[in-house]
Amino acid sequence: MSLFYLVAFLSILFSLLVIFVKNPVYSVLALIATFFTFTIHYILLNAQFLAVVNFIVYMGAIMVLFLFVLMLMNLNKDTEPVKSNLLKIIGVVAGGSLLVTLIGAINAIQTSEVSKLPNSDIGLVENLGKVLFSEFLLPFELTSILLFTALVGAVLLAKKDKRTQNG
Amino acid sequence: MDNITSTIQVVPLNHYILLSAIIFSIGVIGVLIRRNAIIIFMCVELMLNAVNLLLVAFSAYSGDASGQVFVFFVMALAAAEVAVGLAIIVMVYRNTSSIDINVLNRLKW
Repeated sequence: MSLFYLVAFLSILFSLLVIFVKNPVYSVLALIATFFTFTIHYILLNAQFLAVVNFIVYMGAIMVLFLFVLMLMNLNKDTEPVKSNLLKIIGVVAGGSLLVTLIGAINAIQTSEVSKLPNSDIGLVENLGKVLFSEFLLPFELTSILLFTALVGAVLLAKKDKRTQNG
Repeated sequence: MDNITSTIQVVPLNHYILLSAIIFSIGVIGVLIRRNAIIIFMCVELMLNAVNLLLVAFSAYSGDASGQVFVFFVMALAAAEVAVGLAIIVMVYRNTSSIDINVLNRLKW
C-alpha cells in the first residue's frame, strides 16, 4: 500500500520537474523518470502487458525521438525562450483551477469504495491477447495502417523541400 | 505476483483518480507556461499518460479487459503522433531557426 503512495509521490515530483526545469535536456530526463514511475504503476495494477509496452514504446522509442530532436537543434539554457512572469502566474492559476474543479467533481460523484480486484488476471499477456485478436481485430489491423501513414508523413514532413533549396 | 497484487488491493480507486487528475493538471500548466515547442509537446505526452493510467486503473478495478486494450491503442496512436509532431517541429525549426512558439503567430492571420 505504501509503495503506491511512494511511486505516486515520485510521479508528481518528476512531472513537476518536467515543466519547471529550465534546461530542455533535463526536462526530457525527468519525463523518462515519470514514464518509469508509470510503468511501476502498471505493474502494481497487474497490467503486465501494458507495463512492458509502456517501457518499450515510451521509454525506448519516444524518448529517443525527443532526445534526438533536442540534440539535433542544439538547444541550451541561453536560447530557451521565457514567458513573462504574469503569463506564468496566470497559467499556474488556470491549471490550478482545473485541478480544483476536477477534484470537486470527483468528490461529488461519490464512487463506490472498490477495495478488491475482482479478476486480477486480465492484464496478463495471454488474456489481453485473446481479447485483442478476437473482439478488437479490426482496430488492431487499422492501427498498423495508422502507423504506416505516420511513418510516411513524418518522412515527408522532415524531408528537405527541393523547391526552396534550389530557388 | 500474488503479494504484489495484494498490496494494491487496499488502495482505493479514488486515489488513482486523484493522481491522474494532478498529473493531467501539471501537463496543462506546462502547456500554458512554457514557450519551447518540444516541452509543450512533452506536456501533451504527460496528459496522455495520465489518462492512460486512469483507464488502466478503471479497467483493473472493474475487471474489464477492454480498457487495457484501449490503452494499447492509445499508445500506438501516441507513437504516431510523436513521430509526426516532431517532424513538424523539425520543419518549423528549419524554417525559422527557433522553436519558440511565438514565432508561429503568423498562423493566426
